[in-house]
Amino acid sequence: MGIIDLLVLTIYIVAGGALIMVFTLLNTAYLTYYERKVMAHMQQRLGPMHTGYHGLLQPLADGLKLFFKEDIIPSQADKAVFILAPLMGLIPAFISFAVVPFGPKFTVMGHEVPLYLADLNISLLYVLALSSMGAYGIIMAGWSSNSKYALMGGLRSSSQVISYEIAMGLSLISVLMMSGSLSLVEITKAQAGAGLLGILPNWNVFCQPVAFIIYLIASIAETNRAPFDLPEAENELVAGFHVEYSGMRFAYFFMAEYANMLMVSCLAVVLFLGGWNPIIPRSVFEMVPGLGGYIGFIGDPAVWWFIIKLYAYFFLFLWFRATLPRLRYDQLMKLGWKIMLPVALANILVTGIVMTFLN
Amino acid sequence: MLLQTGFIYFATVIVVCALMVITRKNPVHSVLFMLPLFFHVAGIFIMLNAEFVAAVQVLVYAGAIMVLFLFVVMLLNIQKERVRPRVGLKWTFTAPLGLTLFGFLVAILVRSQYNGTQGSFTIEAVKQIGNSQAIGQVLYTDFLFPFEVASVILLVAMVGAIVLAKKRLD
Repeated sequence: MGIIDLLVLTIYIVAGGALIMVFTLLNTAYLTYYERKVMAHMQQRLGPMHTGYHGLLQPLADGLKLFFKEDIIPSQADKAVFILAPLMGLIPAFISFAVVPFGPKFTVMGHEVPLYLADLNISLLYVLALSSMGAYGIIMAGWSSNSKYALMGGLRSSSQVISYEIAMGLSLISVLMMSGSLSLVEITKAQAGAGLLGILPNWNVFCQPVAFIIYLIASIAETNRAPFDLPEAENELVAGFHVEYSGMRFAYFFMAEYANMLMVSCLAVVLFLGGWNPIIPRSVFEMVPGLGGYIGFIGDPAVWWFIIKLYAYFFLFLWFRATLPRLRYDQLMKLGWKIMLPVALANILVTGIVMTFLN
Repeated sequence: MLLQTGFIYFATVIVVCALMVITRKNPVHSVLFMLPLFFHVAGIFIMLNAEFVAAVQVLVYAGAIMVLFLFVVMLLNIQKERVRPRVGLKWTFTAPLGLTLFGFLVAILVRSQYNGTQGSFTIEAVKQIGNSQAIGQVLYTDFLFPFEVASVILLVAMVGAIVLAKKRLD
């Protein structure tokens, strides 16, 4: 490898990393807006309206407010752990985006540029490993705050994350059995083309509906969202693990939560909803005259398909939050261990049997 | 050169973190110092082209086992542990013993030869079939029996834990 190649590679990694950071940060900000608007309209309200056109600048205003707020560290807190905790939540959530395949490779000036930062042999394990790190931020915050509400919230959250990680991992195994790879790019490619009956696309959600439902429930529980938001159940715990945090440190937890939600949505899109594969096949668009055979981002609209699917999946999070009441703690544990775990195991068994007979 | 620098970095951080784990007064801090330790062990695995092991190292040790450790330590009453002096009378016995054992270890390490024979899974071979695929193939063919024995042992441990934790049904 020459020095020029090394330089190009470095620039590519730095620029790609920066782009992904911008994408994630913008999303964490504007997903709050998305959430508030969707929830508001579901509850016959308008949501934020005053800051900018239809409240479009609201996330920026919120960010500025949190940025300028006083940073309070409780006098009895374990200072080092208290300061580290929000970062432990935020950093793993952000760096896991490195392996998300937003789109396929495209050619610029004779160079092949992929729309993902890394295609690891173990992408999926990388994401799972980092997502399991998220529990640390919560436990550390809960413990170091030296407050019983925070501690209870932290304990609840970590036990919840550990329990649902198992069901989530098992639901992914049946998908892995079908695609035969841990690389997210390979999994996406395995879902290209037409599938069942020649009408539906070859996405895993149609072949593995049980796994998809388990993943959906587990992903909501993993990110501590309603109806599984027991770690921050307001009526029991004030605000849960981040009750003692203020200002920017509080914002870090908030950003980590939304980045995690974005990540599990990305994973769902890649694993179950066909990744960058089009919802409407290219051939359909080419039949319509005047569309110019599909104008899109950098010549290929694959990225837009990915993003449409991403926000559609994310919509489910908001829908559930607006619709369902919170579970009790024992119900949560019962659902995780006694229903989802056996169902996920049975699903693997059935997948194995079907695959053996079909091959 | 790059590899060597990387190894020196990872090894130094591992040793420093390990020392921090055993010298912290607060057990929670001890547990938290194991976190960078595990990450750097994973880093060494990556340098050895064992990405699968690296990911599993983080996923299992840092992601699951350490969380449980942290749980237990947080819920224990750590105030008692804190006031006990770290260096005491028993050190007059334990320190020479530990140093002697360490001396033996160094003596053996210095005399050893590290030129093992090359197996069939060279770096090129692993790159060609894929890291996780290579492990899967070996695990489910050559090492199937030990693998199953390991799972039975884990199952026994799980059953044991459940029996201990379960309330008596009288």
